[in-house]
Amino acid sequence: MVGELPMSDETARGPERPDYINDNPPTGFGVVAKPLGLLERIFDRGEVRKTLMLIALALVWEGYARWLDNPLLFPTFIDTARAFLQGLRSRELLSATVVSVTTLLQGYVLGLVCAALLTAFATATRVGADLLDTLTAMFNPLPSIALLPLAMIWFGLGNGSIIFVLVHAVMWSVALNTHTGFRSVSQTWRMVGQNYGLSRFAYVTRILIPGALPSILTGLKIGWAFAWRALIAAELVFGVSSSGGGLGWFIFQNKNLLEIPSVFAGLLMVIIFGLAVENLVFRTLEQRTIRRWGMQS
Amino acid sequence: MATEVQKPLLDVDGVTLQYRARDHLVTATYRVSFSVRKSDRYVILGPSGCGKSTLLKAVGGFIKPVEGTITLGERQITRPGPDRVLVFQEFDQLLPWKTVEQNVLFALTSSGRLSGGEAVDRARHYIEKVKLTKFADSYPHMLSGGMKQRVAIARGMAMEPEILLMDEPFAALDALTRGQMQEELLQLWEDTRVTLLFVTHSIAEAVRIGNRILLLTPHPGRVRAELGSTGIDAIGADGRRLSARIESLLFEGEPDGRRAAHE
Ligand SMILES: Nc1ncnc2c1ncn2[C@@H]1O[C@H](COP(=O)(O)OP(=O)(O)O)[C@@H](O)[C@H]1O
Ligand SMILES: [Mg+2]
Repeated sequence: MVGELPMSDETARGPERPDYINDNPPTGFGVVAKPLGLLERIFDRGEVRKTLMLIALALVWEGYARWLDNPLLFPTFIDTARAFLQGLRSRELLSATVVSVTTLLQGYVLGLVCAALLTAFATATRVGADLLDTLTAMFNPLPSIALLPLAMIWFGLGNGSIIFVLVHAVMWSVALNTHTGFRSVSQTWRMVGQNYGLSRFAYVTRILIPGALPSILTGLKIGWAFAWRALIAAELVFGVSSSGGGLGWFIFQNKNLLEIPSVFAGLLMVIIFGLAVENLVFRTLEQRTIRRWGMQS
Repeated sequence: MATEVQKPLLDVDGVTLQYRARDHLVTATYRVSFSVRKSDRYVILGPSGCGKSTLLKAVGGFIKPVEGTITLGERQITRPGPDRVLVFQEFDQLLPWKTVEQNVLFALTSSGRLSGGEAVDRARHYIEKVKLTKFADSYPHMLSGGMKQRVAIARGMAMEPEILLMDEPFAALDALTRGQMQEELLQLWEDTRVTLLFVTHSIAEAVRIGNRILLLTPHPGRVRAELGSTGIDAIGADGRRLSARIESLLFEGEPDGRRAAHE
């Protein structure tokens, strides 16, 4: 208990302390915001650190492949890079990439449109919300590739089947994330929106969408990754579509020809594309929006 | 001037407010009546949970009374509208994706009050009034709590609403900032003479801010008293300070422990 302390016995706790008032706080601290050194600034940049990381990984790859010394199982980084450049020059890899990316974008955009419609329905009505919950619970765990046989029966051997599979890969995660984002928009923001008499449409575009943007971006990122996987897997199984083979087909064909460095070059292309989209598109989007607004640290 | 009987601006008449929970009804306020005149600084004071916020939201049009009516001017209040602007306790009432100036502008333009250059001028004028011109282009997450509340007040005042509804706007601030903000609010009121309906659970704040103080009983909130205030905690006819009178009205017949716990 506090009462046990000898409250009056000042000498037991040291001599008496006089009041102290500083009328002239020191001013010689120079600038408050001191610029960082050059090296600090260089290493502060994510791109620099990540590039160094990539170089280190390439070195590890090269070292391991040389130690293994079995080009059929694991070609060196230099061989892969050579095959990569060769593939670009002969336009084989390049056209495969163009085919894949075109299909991917078609499927992705269509998936987003479907997700937007479903989310709009779910946001506007309770039946819609129940429908979205049930459908995502049913279909989200279903691997896209499992739908490919069915898609081939429905849409034939054309691009249609692959796009159907891509839409499936994209729409559920995007719709689910967007809807969850809408639902978790702060009650205060909603009341602010209503207070200033926003119309229904303005309420969605000026309160709900920016308020849910962190979730929406997450959904877009997940959807993109799912779409890539589904596409490569579908092309591996499916082979040539009407407009020529994509990256999956390129990988599959070169495996059959035992052109292992080219197989790796195809995989490298998938990885490079993934990294580029993640770092250039999504990161820029995040930096311009939710980071700038302090909604993500 | 004293002879002219002023018609009330806001009339709350026998209002009962309820929340429907999953398996029961919660009555927040029961048959509350009061009226606010133009340019009043009308304070609603009561312990936490007595239904002050609910009452303010009902005036804002966000909640419908189950009994009684709320009238502003000639019209009965049925839904939210820009003639009654709410300032909340929460710091997150500013939209984080808009700068300080855009937050104020957004209110003016989306309510159709003003547009274009006029709106910008009005927004800048009120931002200057709360001394935040230097921060007009900052995003809310870069501001302190007190600055955020000042922006929210500027946004509300820029609307030049019929009545400004404030729900414990300073409760989450530290004591030093709170005192300063109360002073600034009174100064702004001097300049604009806007009608304020101000909710608080602090007796000191009520006495300082209000010219009329409505006391609500603990949950469910009912009217306990309505008192006048001059802002200086004056000694009344009974020889007691206003704050002492309020305290005895709120905690009459309760053990001292409850009284101490409140402040
Ligand atoms: N959304 C809600 N649902 C159910 N009950 C609520 C809700 N909001 C508040 N209440 C209840 O209504 C009463 C009054 O709440 P409130 O108006 O927030 O009080 P105050 O603002 O005076 O602290 C409280 O008992 C509270 O539990
Ligand atoms: Mg409250």
